[in-house]
Amino acid sequence: MGPTTVKGRAFKFGNDISTDLIIAGKYAHLRSNLPELAKHAMEDANPDFVKLVKPGDFIVAGSNFGLGSSREHAPLVIKMAGVSAILAKSFARIFFRNAINQGLPALICPTDGIADGDNLEISLDEGIIRNVTRNETYKFTRIPPAMLNILNEGGLIPYINKHGDLKL
Amino acid sequence: MGKTISEKILSSKSGSDARAGDIVISSVDLVFVQDTTGPLTIRQFKLGKKQTLASPSRTALFIDHASPSPSRQLSNDHTFIREFASETGCLLFDAGCGVCHQIVAEKLARPGDVIVGADSHTVTAGALGAFATGMGSSDVAVAMSLGKTWFRVPETIRIEVTGKFCRGVGAKDLILHLIGLMGADGATYKALEFTGNAVDSMPMWQRLTVSNMAIEAGAKVGLFPSDRITREYLKKQGRGNDYAAVAADSDAAYERTIKVEASSLEPTVARPHTVDNTATAKSLSDIKVNQVFIGTCTNGRLEDMAEASSMLKHKKIHAGVRLIVCPASRQIYSDAIKAGFIQTIIEAGGIILPPGCAGCLGLHQGALGDNEICLSTANRNFKGRMGNPEGLIYLASTATAAASALTGRITDPREVL
Repeated sequence: MGPTTVKGRAFKFGNDISTDLIIAGKYAHLRSNLPELAKHAMEDANPDFVKLVKPGDFIVAGSNFGLGSSREHAPLVIKMAGVSAILAKSFARIFFRNAINQGLPALICPTDGIADGDNLEISLDEGIIRNVTRNETYKFTRIPPAMLNILNEGGLIPYINKHGDLKL
Repeated sequence: MGKTISEKILSSKSGSDARAGDIVISSVDLVFVQDTTGPLTIRQFKLGKKQTLASPSRTALFIDHASPSPSRQLSNDHTFIREFASETGCLLFDAGCGVCHQIVAEKLARPGDVIVGADSHTVTAGALGAFATGMGSSDVAVAMSLGKTWFRVPETIRIEVTGKFCRGVGAKDLILHLIGLMGADGATYKALEFTGNAVDSMPMWQRLTVSNMAIEAGAKVGLFPSDRITREYLKKQGRGNDYAAVAADSDAAYERTIKVEASSLEPTVARPHTVDNTATAKSLSDIKVNQVFIGTCTNGRLEDMAEASSMLKHKKIHAGVRLIVCPASRQIYSDAIKAGFIQTIIEAGGIILPPGCAGCLGLHQGALGDNEICLSTANRNFKGRMGNPEGLIYLASTATAAASALTGRITDPREVL
């Protein structure tokens, strides 16, 4: 998972951010050219996102983040854009699994108190999010152990290569 | 305590007493990818230490999302997929065969199977009683290699549908109504199980429509028990021996039950930009449409072609409308030609596309212009879905789509039937 405390700014989004908003189907021709594809991350939700996001920053959203397609390119382009974790009230099932499989923390927590541009510090070990801008603290739901093991290895493929098999 | 269909299938495939909430490792009976998720899956597979497929004869690659290819890059992706098929000896369904989920139903899915596909509409095969679910490329790559995957056994929401559908109302209206009721995340992480006397008599093409859209409520699977209709469908496809009995126990534990009286349903439409934003077709009669799209893994079946054809016979579509019709598979296309449906649709002013996903995901064959409105029989209306965030997508049944093509506005099919 890398460093256990990550710092960055919040990029705020609403509810029901679909995989089409994260990376539109019209860019399917770029899916074998990931650096080019990643230039369009979140484009239809916030056209300036890729220009403004800095390494370590966070996507903060409402409920049902990542609904829709199974395209693993969705968490992949978010990670390539520099995002260190996604915070949402809830995630769509396939996206949640895909994010963990790509080694990208997807954290379930209350997000109404976080505004666009807030500075956050997240302690992945402690399960705590500190909103430095607002001097508030939130807890995130612990990632299920089976998935935490995958996340801690940096994703599913590194996990399988290390352990040789799926283990519970 | 008895078991739901999900608990029974996952118990059998994991060799354990699987109950809702358990994490299990399950064997996988069929694994597949399509051309927009396949290249990443193959690359993830090649990053793994194990470089062989667990079961080449039960691994399938489909070229359907961009087929035939509209661009150099996608053509190169197709080449990459074809090379992997010849290296590994797995199944390849090349351009022209049709949409993966339709072909899985026609040729591959068996009741009681666990099926994972790198496409969210893999849930379609739930209509045949298969625990079929969409996953990302890494999970599917591992399932290809190890022949297994892990699941959290889902809780089940029982959907009990009773009574008879009114004329002009059917499975698409039912599932749109349910998604409107439950919300786009109302069944997240859950299984849906369909039951009731309206389900017992529901033909396979309609069951496939219902299961296909289970994911639009967030569900992991949308399951029908196997029965006489499943058996007859498999027999008709030359796969009578693939039949197996799949049913929940009578004392299975459900998270909740949603009851629907079929006769109370109306032609239903999902408005932009979420599938749960539903309204009756009648209430949207002032919405003019630029494009009507009949096809996809939701509503591109022979019976959809028949329905469109019967409504368009000896008529012309509205002057301001493009009607795009795409049979979901080669078998459907061929049967629709033999039955005269294609001729009728062309004479009414429709455009026929080759079997595949067509304009559904905005790659080609029907991208929308700014502020254009499409009434589509597909399963998603997300912003940007059909190639343009400034386009507006409404979702409806084939009957509502054909009626709207005739009038140029969203039309309750009972107005023209």
